[in-house]
Amino acid sequence: MTTAVSGSDLAEVLGQRLFHSVTNSDAGAAWVTPEALLDVCRFLHDDRAQAYDLLSSVTAVDYVEFFDVVYHLTSIARNAATVLKVRLYGRDAPTVASVTSVWAGADLQEREIYDLLGVTFTGHPNLKRMLTWEGFQGHPLRRDYLEPPLPYTWPHGG
Amino acid sequence: MHTQPVIVNIGPHHPSTHGVFRMRLTMDGENILDVEPVIGYLHRGSEKLAEERHYTQVITLTDRMDYVASMTNNQAYVLSCEQLTGITPPDRGMYLRVIAAELQRVVSHLVATGFFLQDLGAFATPLMYAMRERERVLDLFEMLCGARITVSYMRIGGVFQDAPGEFWPALRRILDEFPAFIDELEDLISDNEIVLSRTQGVSVITGADAVNASITGPVLRASGVSWDLRKAAPYDVYDRVSFDVPLGEHGDNYDRYIIRIREIRESLKIVEQCVAQIEPGPVRATTAMLFRPPVGESYVPIEAPKGELGFYLVSDGSIAPYRMHARAPSLINLTLLKQMLVGWKLSDAIVSFGSIDVNMGEVDR
Repeated sequence: MTTAVSGSDLAEVLGQRLFHSVTNSDAGAAWVTPEALLDVCRFLHDDRAQAYDLLSSVTAVDYVEFFDVVYHLTSIARNAATVLKVRLYGRDAPTVASVTSVWAGADLQEREIYDLLGVTFTGHPNLKRMLTWEGFQGHPLRRDYLEPPLPYTWPHGG
Repeated sequence: MHTQPVIVNIGPHHPSTHGVFRMRLTMDGENILDVEPVIGYLHRGSEKLAEERHYTQVITLTDRMDYVASMTNNQAYVLSCEQLTGITPPDRGMYLRVIAAELQRVVSHLVATGFFLQDLGAFATPLMYAMRERERVLDLFEMLCGARITVSYMRIGGVFQDAPGEFWPALRRILDEFPAFIDELEDLISDNEIVLSRTQGVSVITGADAVNASITGPVLRASGVSWDLRKAAPYDVYDRVSFDVPLGEHGDNYDRYIIRIREIRESLKIVEQCVAQIEPGPVRATTAMLFRPPVGESYVPIEAPKGELGFYLVSDGSIAPYRMHARAPSLINLTLLKQMLVGWKLSDAIVSFGSIDVNMGEVDR
């Protein structure tokens, strides 16, 4: 069975190696600062005792006051999994470093987040809209997204 | 002689793109210089729609993601909901889920193999063979839940209903007759000179590259990495059945094909064991249709036919998910597409893309 490494355990490991990188932790996840993210990811990927070689999933959640970018990490060798998060404040230009240099698998997933939630990933090789089209206005998965009025109306007024 | 690179658009409406996938290829004659996948033509905003539906209603949205493997989509979603709410389904419900999910894997791999061979130029015949057998499994799904493709069979806390009496003899017949069909398919394909020369050594992905690019499922195992979530993190009753995890050696197109054939055989083994172990009893825990899970989040990855599928759910304590994210293996397995295709010929591009086995419903959601 996959060992679920709790957020507080992960925070303890990170606290010993990368000082001031962790801002908060609970049973589910550990939060790190946006500035430290790339170093933390590189450490978790390269360190023999951690060996998180598979980035299962990257996603983001819009909590209105802030965005949480969520990284689900898996270690195939250790059969362990953990959750890492970054909290980004502000709705205008939430920005965080891209982890594509550590895990190539983040490529399409970060593009999807950029497209649907409007989080910018610096250092991403090809940050373009993916699911919506070029020239699309807004980010549909944000909580305050409103569908723009159609240029036409249906005959029955819908 | 000087030649200028030519840009060729394949798709979105092209039979070899398995839906509405578009590849923007930069070609030098027949040779591929650059690849840019263009997706989004089937984007329906499932994740946004889920925010406006209560948890039980979202099951129908998951059907429409990977529509060749609806059962496993259901399973991933209800498992995530169960982790969120702490509901445990009864044994019979879990066995029925595993039987349905493994039959679905057989179907999905058959479709993948059929289309893969079609892309190779074995026009229609292998695909029709695969589709013919798929129909028989879909008949079983119809007995279980009345639907064939968009099944919505699984529920939070079990399954929708117990299998009817005629389901078991029909399943028995399929289990008895299927191995012979797989043998027949392998006789025709696996040692075929043309298939071997077109697929062996083409579009190789190394194990390290595959892991780094978050590639999972048969594509990862074809590269020789032993990672199967049914073994690594058994859900439902996978810890009570024994099966092998077939591995490839080279990570080429041929290995990706042969791995799926071997996995079909393993899936049939799992169904056999489930049929032997299943006992009468309730199939569904008593749950309300509308419920409010505690504030929190859950993510339960499962081994879907295409790879690791998981639903990340965030609950704010209301009747609808605050956020739902589907970790779609079809999308993420496309990460290395450029690396796979550059340097090969146009006709190999079609085959290599087919060997990844993506489903556009899941890529675009």
